[in-house]
Amino acid sequence: MKRRTFIKQTGKAALLASVAAGTGYLFHNREVTAVKPSLVIRNNFEVSPDIAFPKLTLARAEDPIVALNQSLDAIGGIRRFVNKGETVTVKPNIGWDRSPEQAANTNPILVAEMTRLCLESGAASVTVTDVSCNDPRRCFLRSGIKKAVEDVGGKVILPSDEDYIKVRMSQKFLNEWLVLKHFVQTDKLINMPIAKHHSLSECTIGMKNLYGILGGRRNQLHQEIDQSIVDLAIFSAPTLTVIDATRVLLQGGPQGGSLDYVGIENSVICATDQVAADARASEFIGLKPENVGHIVLADKSGIGSLDYRQAGYKEILG
Amino acid sequence: MNIKTVLNLRRASQVLFFVTFLWLVIKTNFEVDFSLAAGQEIILPYPVSIALELDPLAALGTLLATGSLYKGMIWSLLILIPTIFFGRFFCGWVCPMGSLNHWLSEFRSERSSHRGKGKIESNRYKKFQRIKYYILLLFLGSSLTGVLQLGLLDPLSLLARSVGTVVLPMTHVFGAGIVSWIKNIGWPPLGDAAQYVFDFIASFILPYRMGHFQAIISLALFFVAVLWLNRLFTRFWCRAICPLGALLGIFSRFSFLGLKKTESKCDHCQLCVISCQGADNPEIGEPWRKAECHLCLNCQAACPTGALEFTFFPEQEASRTNPAGTEKIDITRRKAMTSIAAGISLFPMFRAGDSFEADIDPKLVRPPGSVDEDTFLARCIRCGQCMRVCPNNALHPTIFEAGLEGIWSPVLISKIGYCEPTCTLCGQVCPTGAIVELTQKQKVGDKETPPNRIGTAFFDRGKCLPWAMATPCIVCEEWCPTSPKAIYLKTEIVTNQSGKEISVKCPYIDPQLCTGCGACEFACPVEDASAVYITSVGESRSEKNQILLKRHSIPNKPANLPKS
Repeated sequence: MKRRTFIKQTGKAALLASVAAGTGYLFHNREVTAVKPSLVIRNNFEVSPDIAFPKLTLARAEDPIVALNQSLDAIGGIRRFVNKGETVTVKPNIGWDRSPEQAANTNPILVAEMTRLCLESGAASVTVTDVSCNDPRRCFLRSGIKKAVEDVGGKVILPSDEDYIKVRMSQKFLNEWLVLKHFVQTDKLINMPIAKHHSLSECTIGMKNLYGILGGRRNQLHQEIDQSIVDLAIFSAPTLTVIDATRVLLQGGPQGGSLDYVGIENSVICATDQVAADARASEFIGLKPENVGHIVLADKSGIGSLDYRQAGYKEILG
Repeated sequence: MNIKTVLNLRRASQVLFFVTFLWLVIKTNFEVDFSLAAGQEIILPYPVSIALELDPLAALGTLLATGSLYKGMIWSLLILIPTIFFGRFFCGWVCPMGSLNHWLSEFRSERSSHRGKGKIESNRYKKFQRIKYYILLLFLGSSLTGVLQLGLLDPLSLLARSVGTVVLPMTHVFGAGIVSWIKNIGWPPLGDAAQYVFDFIASFILPYRMGHFQAIISLALFFVAVLWLNRLFTRFWCRAICPLGALLGIFSRFSFLGLKKTESKCDHCQLCVISCQGADNPEIGEPWRKAECHLCLNCQAACPTGALEFTFFPEQEASRTNPAGTEKIDITRRKAMTSIAAGISLFPMFRAGDSFEADIDPKLVRPPGSVDEDTFLARCIRCGQCMRVCPNNALHPTIFEAGLEGIWSPVLISKIGYCEPTCTLCGQVCPTGAIVELTQKQKVGDKETPPNRIGTAFFDRGKCLPWAMATPCIVCEEWCPTSPKAIYLKTEIVTNQSGKEISVKCPYIDPQLCTGCGACEFACPVEDASAVYITSVGESRSEKNQILLKRHSIPNKPANLPKS
């Protein structure tokens, strides 16, 4: 063997060996994997309290637009909640592939009117979205919300996989969960539920509607339904809760189907106290709020008041 | 018109039809930007099945198998009748699978790896080209008995299925994977840019929801094998296998467009053979085989001396050195009869097996509106359009759930996606009526009309949280879409591990109300294999596969069932 060949070949082998050894050394790790830290945020969108206004208003009128405006004006008007240049996310219930008259999703007329009001108040953008249960394309389409909102200039976003961020909530039951980023990265959050019956939590109104900001296997939350609803309400207090009680779903909830299950109430509730709002709206479904587990629990936790009359309640009958 | 112009027209036509075909497959999809007025049904805005409806093979096969030509399949005459007069123009000008093979054979194939003599040899007529006629006859023989297998090798079904359930889903997964890899590099502007590019491309070709398909590897290998065969034999698929090409070859027998060979002008350069697509002997000295010719017109364009010319009713002085063309296909009567007999014998072979009737796979949940299994197997051409269009990714190619006979036909897997109660898209796209188009009312049902049922839900009480683990849940009841709900609850007192009695709501099924949509199975929090699951029993389409006497007697079949 020639000396030159020997040196060359040994050198190459040594180089390869050192690369192998170096790679091993560099990537050696006794931990299984590095855990990605999740985002720690406080998702509170509330405006400062104002004793000049009631915490809860209810207006009754045939025309949902009139009912919404009367109710909203009584609680301080849109300008109290949305300032010029702010980004607003509206969270209706668009959970199911149902049409508006079946009362499983929020009335599209109300969502569109709310969007219009926010834009009128100078909002930089109004985003309307929800993490639907059924296929979101069908839900957004058949609820009529997509078209209604786009017609008045709002942005409708269908959630996609890359839009979720892992958030540390540090509540009793909800520790870490995936949240749709539009409900976190915004200046103001307006919760727009519809009042519906639910077999496990008795009713699904405002606080339960916040389930819809979550991704992941949220169907496991049912195992601790009351605490998880309250956890969410603490974590993500909305600027304003606007409850659609124009139609209410009295049974077969939360997705209904038969028109026999729908009650006509022609009412719209606006509230800065989400517990009081749910307490009042649960009466439409024939419930006593003090018998509804999550409302009682929310009242105890101090985020609002079950006794809505005490909290400051105004009713406008059209 | 100059022959070069005609050649360019052919190339344009191939590209146009290929792109249109892809576009139709891509548009076989529930898109986000549909608009509809309140209360209206969701209807696809384009007639996306039109490409499959133009397929004379699928038309003839389903006609033989069922005795009727379903809806849009009549359009196949638009291909068949011109073929009778002009020959296999479809293969050279229209067929997207043919074009794909054409282009691939220009790139690393038997043809391109040879020069000169080898290249000429690759395009000579070969005995194996007759195989396709035997394949065709086998399929037609089995179709006669109601066993429709031709969809497996029908080029349009093959391409639609491969693009829809293999190529596009793989593109989606791969693209999303690359984006997430780039994002993990940790420089946000780059990640955002990658996401933007991906979203832009996705908005044209990818559906809103990423599809995942059972049996994808078998479909993928099959498709790759077909494309890869070009490396061994130039255009092997078109020349030797394609049953649609064979059918059009047979139907071109009386066509009057033909190749006129003028011997006196020929200098035997063989350029015509080098460019030939069909391997149909364009050169002087061999009889031109009309049934093999794709009418690509390459030979005429390649001929430097003008000895070859496509003309109507070509009259050519036949001689020993310049034989006349032949319209006959190169098969023997005996083997043809054998092929048909073999096809017919598929029927007893499949049906004497257990999976058709004796031991139906309980997991064989067919799409809503499917006709009874016997007719279904006589209609389904495995084009995969229903799987592609399903917004919930619920429909998948079977492996052996429907036996070997029903391989790659659609099955609903609720664990992956359930059947959306008001959705009727699969019936809208089915070209052959294996899935009948239902109206929303026929699907959901009302007080007079029973709903279309695809199966029934059952609880596995050993896995169910309230039943087995003293834990509240009832997600299945929440998701149950029927009115009244087929899943009902009863409060039970159960004892937990520490001996404490607690009350939980336990779910039950009412089989009278359950439609088998699978929403409960999909939503069940027992993630790996749900505590509530669907099997096919109780499906509207079957007389036999029932549980209840009363439900059995409900006339469930939609009024517009196709004749079978």
